Amino acid sequence: MCQVDEDYHDQLEHADAPSVSKKCAKCKEATAAVVIRAGDTYCRDCFREYFIHKFRAMLGKNRIIFPGEKVLLAVSGGPSSCSMLSQVQEGLSQNAHKKLRFLPGIVYIDEGGAVGQSVEERRRTVAELRALFRATGFPFHIVSLEQVLDLPGSVVTVAPSPSEQPASAYKAAVDHFIQNDGGSRLTPQDEQEASHPDVQESHTQSLQQLIGSAKTLTAREDLLSTLRHHVLVHTARTEGYSKVMLGDNCTRLAVKLLTSISLGRGAQLAQDTGFSDSRYGDIILVRPMRDYSAKEIAYYNRMFTVPSVFIPGLDTMVTDKASIQRLTESFVTKLQVGFPSTVSTIYRTSEKLQTVCRSSSTADLFDRCLLCMCTLDTAVEDASAFKATQISEQLSQTKSPGAPRTETQRQIQAPAESESTAPTGQCCSSGGGEDCGRAAAAGGGGGCCSSAKLPETTNLKSLMCYSCQLTIKDMTSVERLPQYILSEAQRRQRRSQMREEISEFLLDEGDGGD
Amino acid sequence: MPVLCSSCAEKRAVLKRPKTGHSLCKDCFFWAFEEEVHQTIVAAKLFKHGEIVGIAASGGKDSTVLAHVMKLLNERYDYGLELMLLSVDEGITGYRDDSLETVKRNQQQYELPLKIVSYEELYGWTMDAIVKQVGLKNNCTFCGVFRRQALDRGAIMLKVDKICTGHNADDVAETVLMNVLRGDIARLRRCTAISTSSEGDGVVPRCKPLKYAYEKEIVLYAYFKKLDYFSTECIYSPNAYRGYARTFLKDLESVRPSSIIDVIHSGENLSVRDGVKMPVQGTCNRCGYISSQALCKSCVLLEGLNRGLPKLGIGKHHRLHGKILSQQPLTEKEERKLKAVDF
Repeated sequence: MCQVDEDYHDQLEHADAPSVSKKCAKCKEATAAVVIRAGDTYCRDCFREYFIHKFRAMLGKNRIIFPGEKVLLAVSGGPSSCSMLSQVQEGLSQNAHKKLRFLPGIVYIDEGGAVGQSVEERRRTVAELRALFRATGFPFHIVSLEQVLDLPGSVVTVAPSPSEQPASAYKAAVDHFIQNDGGSRLTPQDEQEASHPDVQESHTQSLQQLIGSAKTLTAREDLLSTLRHHVLVHTARTEGYSKVMLGDNCTRLAVKLLTSISLGRGAQLAQDTGFSDSRYGDIILVRPMRDYSAKEIAYYNRMFTVPSVFIPGLDTMVTDKASIQRLTESFVTKLQVGFPSTVSTIYRTSEKLQTVCRSSSTADLFDRCLLCMCTLDTAVEDASAFKATQISEQLSQTKSPGAPRTETQRQIQAPAESESTAPTGQCCSSGGGEDCGRAAAAGGGGGCCSSAKLPETTNLKSLMCYSCQLTIKDMTSVERLPQYILSEAQRRQRRSQMREEISEFLLDEGDGGD
Repeated sequence: MPVLCSSCAEKRAVLKRPKTGHSLCKDCFFWAFEEEVHQTIVAAKLFKHGEIVGIAASGGKDSTVLAHVMKLLNERYDYGLELMLLSVDEGITGYRDDSLETVKRNQQQYELPLKIVSYEELYGWTMDAIVKQVGLKNNCTFCGVFRRQALDRGAIMLKVDKICTGHNADDVAETVLMNVLRGDIARLRRCTAISTSSEGDGVVPRCKPLKYAYEKEIVLYAYFKKLDYFSTECIYSPNAYRGYARTFLKDLESVRPSSIIDVIHSGENLSVRDGVKMPVQGTCNRCGYISSQALCKSCVLLEGLNRGLPKLGIGKHHRLHGKILSQQPLTEKEERKLKAVDF
């Protein structure tokens, strides 16, 4: 092999090391300025074009945003959402090729109260962002998370969605818009500054107690993101927006997919990570940044100086194993180093998923989770993981104490247990269903019925999907939940009782309406 | 003040259940564990009265516990099954020959008939020889594919109606995670099923009675029941991709113990969009085994091994199936790509 005169008949393969002096892969003229993947080198202008084009293509491919529609941009201050903001600005500017045609507004939710920031810090952050928003010229709203304590009950109900527009309607709408010279209507409006009064100290405390009532960081993060969504939807509804744009990028969505799987949200994956999320009915959440990896966004923001503000979150600077979200994030980023296609593979998997639509009527609230508003996945089928968990709980609990533990008695109990197909008929917090009743009847009572401390927890659990149940399980007391959630829960329970009373007279299964 | 068992409240608790966190005494734990497996079997209607069931026994903890529990439940609840042990010898010195001793001991303890099939007699290759050719990175693919076919062939030789394997909750959860990471949507849909649904000749349905049993609980059960098993990791496994999913799952479990079942729950409730291309089940043109391609995977792998092209079978190779079937030689370029990388 190392002989002097040896001839190599085969072609030697070159290892292509990306070097700075390489030419741009696209225009092949200018020097490459950035390497996105191995072999994908771009010069400044081509990269900019590529980046902008991706945004347009994402919106154009999924023809959800109609011309003239009011769209709310949810900006958290982080690089992805600020990049999204700059893309929207770019797309709406006069000299853009094929201008975007919707009316944007910006919303920023100040979560400093939940995270533990001081009033001074919060004020500073808000001022920075205010300047940023003002520079764009779009109307903006600065909302504090404390508002979640005062939300109306309509947030956790599904509003009827506007009639489904067929795909052809999109083209027609666009043509119509152009004909009516829509261009003039889209000049940035005079800034309407929503006044942002300082938040009351007591509200902040209540919010902190609410977040603090969740014992694990996983539950806290889950709860926080749910409340955030509620505030977003509420703002959109009150200010008249029909769509909300979220700035989740590809990397974050890959992490979210794995996290959702680990939290038991398999049934809701398509809504959690897909392009459009229509669980609220009238407000649709879209994710136009889902094709961009975090790396691309970072490059773009740096090269074209897109301003962003760093705001610490609940999981800033915590250890890897502090929460499931954090653990998954570190797992994916580490795996990405060794296997560079990890994030894009996970992303492609998420594209192939869909949500099961069991009941077509969106107004049938018996099918929706109280917290996350997704279709319930707790219909207990005979052989399912959920049923297995329930069985385990039952088998590990006190049966009637003092009864002789003979084999035959166990045998008798066993078949009866397998008949308990009521999905949520737990009468006490530890879930000892029928056993509890039997124990009480046998005069034992044991340990299970005595824990009457959390009857509400069980009641709420029956209204929630699998993973929200896990979140609630981690909470010390559900009384701290905002009033709108608790009253909605009571309303649903009353309605469910009503339905049970008249169930034999109802003809159609899901025809409850609301 | 000793902690009392939370189930019978009489005896002292000797262990804490990893699954629910309750403290239980030995007997209550045995009872709960066996009962859960029984519920799984009954709810999923895994067996019919009078069937002949082959227990895939490797000598490891899962299959030892499975054999024990199946025999116990068969008698206790009168399933009416005829049980047999089926074991596969992959030819890994220092690992498989030791665990086979355990299986032989199990056979004597439980008085069940035993059949051992080996890669050597079925394919002409032992795992040691395969690893010598393939290297240390992709060998788990060979072993897994060959083993499934070996189990089926052994089952046909034994004339069993069903095979049950010792896959536990951790295995199923790992598989779900691995399939998401690999983007294998077809497998993602099928992997949480408790039994395979294939019908037809040459294929014996397989089921997993221990699907909802945590690995830690299986070890606890074996420990307290003083069951003997062989407990070493396969010497070739450290570089498998599954290892990443396994580490992640273990970490998840340490953050939240119910994560394992949560992952399985997610996997069961996934639904795939219409219009996504799915493989269609057919048969292999060469050996008649079920396959979604023209050639089944083990024929492709064997072909690669026999021709000295071990990478045939790893990666995409559909286009070469036609060539292989018609015995055409591959071009030089193709050959070069398929040769092993020298370490």
